[in-house]
Amino acid sequence: MAKALSKPPEEQGDATETEFNLVGKPFRRVDGRAKVTGQTRFADDVHFPRTVYVKLVRSTVPHARIRDIDLSAALAMDGVLGTLVGAEMPDSFGIMPVSEDEHALAIDTVRFVGDSVAAVAAVTEDIAHAAALAVKVEYEPLPTIASVAEALATPEPQIHDYADEGNIHKKVSLKFGEVEAGFEEADLILEDNFFYEGSNHLALEQHSSVAVAEDDDRVTVYSSTQCPHYVHRALTKTLGIPSSRIRVIACSNGGAFGGKSDPFNHEAVVAKLALKLGRPVKITLTREEVFYCHRGRHPVQMNLKTGFRQDGTMASQHLRTTLDGGAFGSYGVASTFYTGALQTTTYKLPNYWFESARAFTNKPPCGPKRGHGTPQPRFAYEVQLDKAAHELGIDPAELRLRNLVEPNTITANWLRIGTIGLKECIDAVVKGSGWKARYGKLPEGRGLGIACSAYMTGAGLPIYWNHMPQSGVQIKLDRSGNVAVFCGETEIGQGSDSVLAVVVAEVLGIDIRDIRLCVGDTDLTPVDLGSYSSRVTLMVGQAAKQAAERARDKISNAVSEHMEVPAESLVFTGGRVFPAHDPDKGIAFNEAVIIAESRFGTLGTTGSYIPPRSPGRFRGAGVGPSPTYSYSAAVLEVEVDPKTGLYDVDKVWIAHDIGRALNPVLALGQIEGSVYMGLGEAMMEEQAFRRLPKHLSSSLVHKFPSMLEYKSPGFHDMPEMTCYMIETDDERGPYGAKEAGQGPLLPITPALANAIFDAVGVRVDQVPIHPDLVLKGLHAQATGHEARVGPAEFPDIDFGEPLIVHTPEQGGDGRAANDPKAKRKSLRSSSGTMKERDEALKEHSSATLTTD
Amino acid sequence: MTGAVLKVNGDDYPVVFPTNHTLLEVLREECKLTGTKHGCELGECGACAVLVDGQPVLSCLQITTDVVGKSIETVEGLQHGNDLHPLQETFADLGAAQCGYCTPGILMVAEALLEKEADPDDEQITAALSGNICRCTGYNRIVEAVKWAAAKKRGDDWRPDEELFMGTEIPK
Repeated sequence: MAKALSKPPEEQGDATETEFNLVGKPFRRVDGRAKVTGQTRFADDVHFPRTVYVKLVRSTVPHARIRDIDLSAALAMDGVLGTLVGAEMPDSFGIMPVSEDEHALAIDTVRFVGDSVAAVAAVTEDIAHAAALAVKVEYEPLPTIASVAEALATPEPQIHDYADEGNIHKKVSLKFGEVEAGFEEADLILEDNFFYEGSNHLALEQHSSVAVAEDDDRVTVYSSTQCPHYVHRALTKTLGIPSSRIRVIACSNGGAFGGKSDPFNHEAVVAKLALKLGRPVKITLTREEVFYCHRGRHPVQMNLKTGFRQDGTMASQHLRTTLDGGAFGSYGVASTFYTGALQTTTYKLPNYWFESARAFTNKPPCGPKRGHGTPQPRFAYEVQLDKAAHELGIDPAELRLRNLVEPNTITANWLRIGTIGLKECIDAVVKGSGWKARYGKLPEGRGLGIACSAYMTGAGLPIYWNHMPQSGVQIKLDRSGNVAVFCGETEIGQGSDSVLAVVVAEVLGIDIRDIRLCVGDTDLTPVDLGSYSSRVTLMVGQAAKQAAERARDKISNAVSEHMEVPAESLVFTGGRVFPAHDPDKGIAFNEAVIIAESRFGTLGTTGSYIPPRSPGRFRGAGVGPSPTYSYSAAVLEVEVDPKTGLYDVDKVWIAHDIGRALNPVLALGQIEGSVYMGLGEAMMEEQAFRRLPKHLSSSLVHKFPSMLEYKSPGFHDMPEMTCYMIETDDERGPYGAKEAGQGPLLPITPALANAIFDAVGVRVDQVPIHPDLVLKGLHAQATGHEARVGPAEFPDIDFGEPLIVHTPEQGGDGRAANDPKAKRKSLRSSSGTMKERDEALKEHSSATLTTD
Repeated sequence: MTGAVLKVNGDDYPVVFPTNHTLLEVLREECKLTGTKHGCELGECGACAVLVDGQPVLSCLQITTDVVGKSIETVEGLQHGNDLHPLQETFADLGAAQCGYCTPGILMVAEALLEKEADPDDEQITAALSGNICRCTGYNRIVEAVKWAAAKKRGDDWRPDEELFMGTEIPK
């Protein structure tokens, strides 16, 4: 089923088996020209006359009550036009309905160094900056929590009073199948502790927002956001004006990677100030402030216990995780579930117990970063598989092949798997890297490592409970032959505009240049939930396909009457419409539109997409479902200097099951970019903190909130990459497409750890793998100790009574067997999918809705 | 405040700006040439690179008063008429620009390299661009796009490996 995308474009042009017009061909992205000429308008490039500039006063202490805010010196400065404090915007907001714990500006309490206390608006940015420095804030310090361990030991004072327990924001325990019996059946049980450090997205564009007041009570906000719809909702909450009078326009994002998918307080601040001052208001964060906005990768500790049979198959697994959440909820409840949800999607796991706890700490809030919550447990899993392979004497690639999940099955935790090209992925990287001849046989210091992964192609449920489409597309076409496509999707660099355009152009058989896009504008475009959870290609693609097919059908009907040929016989390709049997009888596309416009009047169609319902019915089942999953496998080759622990990644082979590459050159860019970002996390990136010495207040501060000192890979650090795209042609995706933007990051960190082991026999069970950790392992090895570096233990946490869910194999029905909060079955109506969906959503509405 | 006439992309821009403002600020805020980007304003990311008398300069660290009378080139001046510069073409066609935010700075540094070196190798390109950060592409495509543009500029028909457009053939 899988096949190589190996034909050069000129051969693809004629009669491939699918006969696509554009799909599968490498073409210049639709925003390509604007991006290389400097014409793309990012949020900070938006400028209006009389703009007022805002600076935020940020907390200098990690946890304190605000005693007093003295704005007088700031207000007395020439050029200062106004200020704003938290009391003026008392309504809270937050991305997840279960954790709306943020305010536009702090009310009473600050929770981390960098938390926003007040805003100052002035005629220039320089004056605003000086005025912000002149604001005097008096704090009454509170105890500070720096880690999960401290959060466990310090239940009071609570950072937020809605936490599950003390300063533990959220606790989860989900047990699928006979976990203990599974371990009894196992021949080998491995239990390991792992740690995965937090990291920042480091998108090159700093967050920026511009608000413009219009009429009396209307406001437009231009912003660097991945999710204009969610910003729209948050502004509705905080501004206290009807949502119909708020317009959010998502500008092209200068990189995002999950870091611009929360609604942010600064967006609310500029909107409020624009309404207050009656002038355009702009804020652009400094790089240091971006590190305080954060929402990056959660630092996660893991304890993973897996029972293997002699043949390498798995009998049972118990995964425990803790997340250091920082000071707000953000997407954290979803992140918590994601540290366990996708563990079952690659290899057959009949029995699985997942426990997790997310702590509040006095640090910038963590949230979703590329791979959202899943790279951490994937690292643990794939490193442990490598250890198991060695214990059992099975080749690590072979061990994985023996365990593969079957397509079109349901996992122990009730996720429905679609197509799976993981075998083809493993085969490709094994053959490409010469694995069989080289693994375990390279000279000392040189090694290979393998790892695999899976990722969602869009979260199955929206973030807030509703049964409206996750994505909508509107098409307007007229006698000019131009086709205007309206969609709320957001271009963040991943190529979503090109996906939208290519799908419409494919259906209508027209040149991509004859399409005009209007995207990411809450007033003008139908809602799309945003560029997160790798959902755009599939969901926007399907909505666009439906809208375009409806347009094509309308045109077909009119043209068929006009030409007196059956509508089904009409072919749309090359900018023409013609009967299949008589191509010469054809007409130009715009002539066909004229016939349709004459017949039906003004032409417009819509399309929308709602993911299929997932079979899981237990509380927590909302996180993890996806229309289909992408798969990746990677082999890394490293060279380690045994004297210093310094290492180089020389080569990466990556294979990705993409379903179908709509535009291979853009798809490859997503795969390579994911590999790059994975390498950054594996080798060097860390959002880390330190306490200042006592004489400097013992404050908890970011170690290095600058791009120079926050290490990320540069040109010199990049290995050679070989990318294989495996096409499984999944019927759930548009033209068979799955995601590519997140999945290929996941296997990189474990593959590096496994390669280092092959090179020098040292296990590093944590990332980033700094050379000094490798050196430490080498020293241990040389002195006869265990050649392992990593956490020694896992915190002692009571995760509470697990929800018991019988697996499909056990004949379960997808519900928890012991859930006191579960709704009575008799009230449930089984008629109509919307109603069913409605019930399912209500059932686990407490904490289960999902994201990225 | 300082009043001056800046020569940018061959055009004269009469501007008045606070004397301590950097070239980045004056280009974006007074000349309204927003093609030049900022990622840190501390000389750490390379997004703001422009050419001053043909040399790459981080405009966020460049005091404007020091470049009055010099020839400043930004991304807006790179194309020839309505035709893209070879670097612009190859970056667009090879996926060397994704979000496009680091792109203007990288294009200007690459242009300075190509003016000096008609046929740069990987090492020269990597060294020239080592002050620029890109978070989207993984860099390798940028190196290939620069080589492709160099070839186009020389009139050579070399182009990057087909694998970069279609992926590597799956090994049998």
